[in-house]
Amino acid sequence: MRFFEYESRRIVELAGIPVTRYGFCRSAEEARAAAEEIGGPVVIKSQVLSGGRMKAGGVKFADSPGEAEAHAAEILELEIGGQMPRGVLVDPKAEIKQEYYAGVVWDGTRKQPLMLFSDMGGIDIEEVADQHPEHVGRGHLSNLLPISDFEAKQVIAATGVSGSQLNRATPVLARLARLFRERDMTLAEINPLAELTDGSFVALDAHMEMENEAKPRQKGLLEGELEIAPDETREPYEPSEFERHVSAIDAADHRGVIQGKDHGFEGNLGLVIGAGGGSLTLTDAVRSQGGRPANYSEIGGNPSVAKSCGLAKEVLQKDGVSKIAVMMSIVSNTRVDIVARGVIKACLELGRDPGETIAIFRIPGAWEEEGFKILERYGVEYCDRSVSMWEAAGRAVAKIQGEGVASQ
Amino acid sequence: MSDGALDGIFIAVEVDASVSDDAELARRLEEVCPVDIFEAGDGGVEIVASNLDECVLCNLCVEAAPDGAVTIRRLYAE
Amino acid sequence: MAILLTKDTTFIVQGITGREAVNLTRECLDYGSRVVGGVTPGRKGRDVHGVPVFDTVGQAVEHHGAPVDGSVVTVPPAFTKDAVLEAIENGVNLIVVVTERIPRRDVAEMVELASIRGARIIGPNCLGLIVPEVCKMGGIGGPAKDAAKAYAPGPVGVMSRSGGMTTEISSSLTQAGLGVSTAISIGGDAIIGSTYAELMPHFEADEQTRAIVIYTEPGGRMEAQLSEWVAENDSRLPIIAFMAGKFMDDAEMQGMSFGHAGTIVEGKEDTAAEKIARLEAAGIRVVERIDEIPGAVKERLEAG
Repeated sequence: MRFFEYESRRIVELAGIPVTRYGFCRSAEEARAAAEEIGGPVVIKSQVLSGGRMKAGGVKFADSPGEAEAHAAEILELEIGGQMPRGVLVDPKAEIKQEYYAGVVWDGTRKQPLMLFSDMGGIDIEEVADQHPEHVGRGHLSNLLPISDFEAKQVIAATGVSGSQLNRATPVLARLARLFRERDMTLAEINPLAELTDGSFVALDAHMEMENEAKPRQKGLLEGELEIAPDETREPYEPSEFERHVSAIDAADHRGVIQGKDHGFEGNLGLVIGAGGGSLTLTDAVRSQGGRPANYSEIGGNPSVAKSCGLAKEVLQKDGVSKIAVMMSIVSNTRVDIVARGVIKACLELGRDPGETIAIFRIPGAWEEEGFKILERYGVEYCDRSVSMWEAAGRAVAKIQGEGVASQ
Repeated sequence: MSDGALDGIFIAVEVDASVSDDAELARRLEEVCPVDIFEAGDGGVEIVASNLDECVLCNLCVEAAPDGAVTIRRLYAE
Repeated sequence: MAILLTKDTTFIVQGITGREAVNLTRECLDYGSRVVGGVTPGRKGRDVHGVPVFDTVGQAVEHHGAPVDGSVVTVPPAFTKDAVLEAIENGVNLIVVVTERIPRRDVAEMVELASIRGARIIGPNCLGLIVPEVCKMGGIGGPAKDAAKAYAPGPVGVMSRSGGMTTEISSSLTQAGLGVSTAISIGGDAIIGSTYAELMPHFEADEQTRAIVIYTEPGGRMEAQLSEWVAENDSRLPIIAFMAGKFMDDAEMQGMSFGHAGTIVEGKEDTAAEKIARLEAAGIRVVERIDEIPGAVKERLEAG
């Protein structure tokens, strides 16, 4: 789950890391008031989840409250990366002596958090690590031991930073590491961590991402402190009607799990597929053989007839879908006959012939003999485990392409 | 029926007339069925048509009733 | 010989009274696995399919009268870490964590403790592991009859990030007359107890295993780690890899989450194309189509 900059700022502030006297404003008038309070030159920053704010004109400097109000008004109407801002951040324009980078990420190979620090802040850390590796300090953290300041100190000292800078930066990185752990973050970055002309260190920008699985146990922060509604998912894009409907069908019935995505898919072959790895494999197999999937989906667990029927109907009702392919990797937990009933019912309820509408049914496994009886009765072409997922996908593609040619 | 919903196209459940008004049987059937096909109503055993096709063929209803009183038909196999 | 499990392996099921656990306990017993106890706090005295239930792992071990080799953990995500730590601290050395949606921090803690204590965790978010005709730990392969159909004994070690695909691939190897030495569903999360590279030394030391098949997806650095391991250890085992989710390389798909938690594509390093290149550079054969796996294995076995 991603956070807006103003939220990330609040998160680091709560962790004891110095921030500027910033203001989060939802209107131009509020921005003016914030600029007045700060009393000096300010920066107005669009609050959207997408990147590239500077380039898009979403970051502007203002020398007076009047200018701040004008810039805020403009930026509040500016769409960036397909998103409208939910407000602006008004920041005092900082007198920066030097910019640093402080961050914590997961190292999946070591299975421990990794602290990163650089005295070349304000730019892309990957570039710095690539071109100036001696300017990047790294250190892993035990998952079991308490985080001690010296661990952060070592990482910073490795970049050559010493003196009062070392002593001021150390608690910042240590607190960032503790916040990473305590708040279940998958990424916690302060870039730049600025050393101001008066010697103080402040987080000028913060970027946090929290693991979705941890949201239930971070309610205090999320709902309490940040007032984020529990159903706000912050997906990178707006869910489509198809996706929302499938989510609703899934939520209404606890028997089994279904998921559907169609962002970026435009095709005529509807996919009613599973499970997780199977869906990925099958989607690849369809595309590699010239098929054009209309969607992606996942069937998992043991869905009710109503659930698989619901998914199949949603897929069939998408624009341009003429047939569906119903395919899964070998199932142990999902019942083949129940899925067969569901997808056939979907066709019948839409007034369509299952034999014509289901291009192929390939689900080997639990209760398959019973499933085959149902499929045979309704004239649906099916295959057993002796036909690979690749081949089944190929048959579905051939069928739908054949139909395309024939109907011309 | 709402928006074209079809009931009982795969499964039919028959309860013999001689026991269909038995309140005790009705209660037992309602209890054992994992997909709520049976309801204990005023007149005894009631079938919830919209749940028929959810039947998982567990046979618990057949076992809970006197021999032959409840029959499950797999319509696709007839 | 196979790896990690033998006919004598004993294990418990933590969370045994839950719906999924009741099923997999039945399946494992039917398969011939030695399920010697179950743990659900507060339910001591009950039994699940004849397996005695205890409040603590310690009680289960004491009842067994000897160290218990393994545990299958199906406890809900908020309590999984506690259950796994309990197993580790009571001398259980092989822990299969079936539960999904466990916060990463918890997984990292479990894994670090296991490493300190010399225990091995498989998973989380996995279906377990199986040595055909010897032992099944977890729901992998389903009911015993179905598992027997899909998993015949043979020379191929299988490791997969997807539970379902472990069985699909193993079934195709069985159908091709090859068979499996040990199949392991290693789990779909970003941090897991045992990666491909970490399991390779076991397969390397196993006489029965003469080839390896891995199923993988974009996301994470496990394939890079395996490639490095192969390069650094003069392995006798040919490795065949199949990667799913190549369609996610497309620009429209960037940033979307598909399949498992560990499959969020960010940045160049994680794309399918890069991974495939890296694997092939290490001498690992990457097949394009899933049905090419048995043929590729046969080729390598004959060449070897």
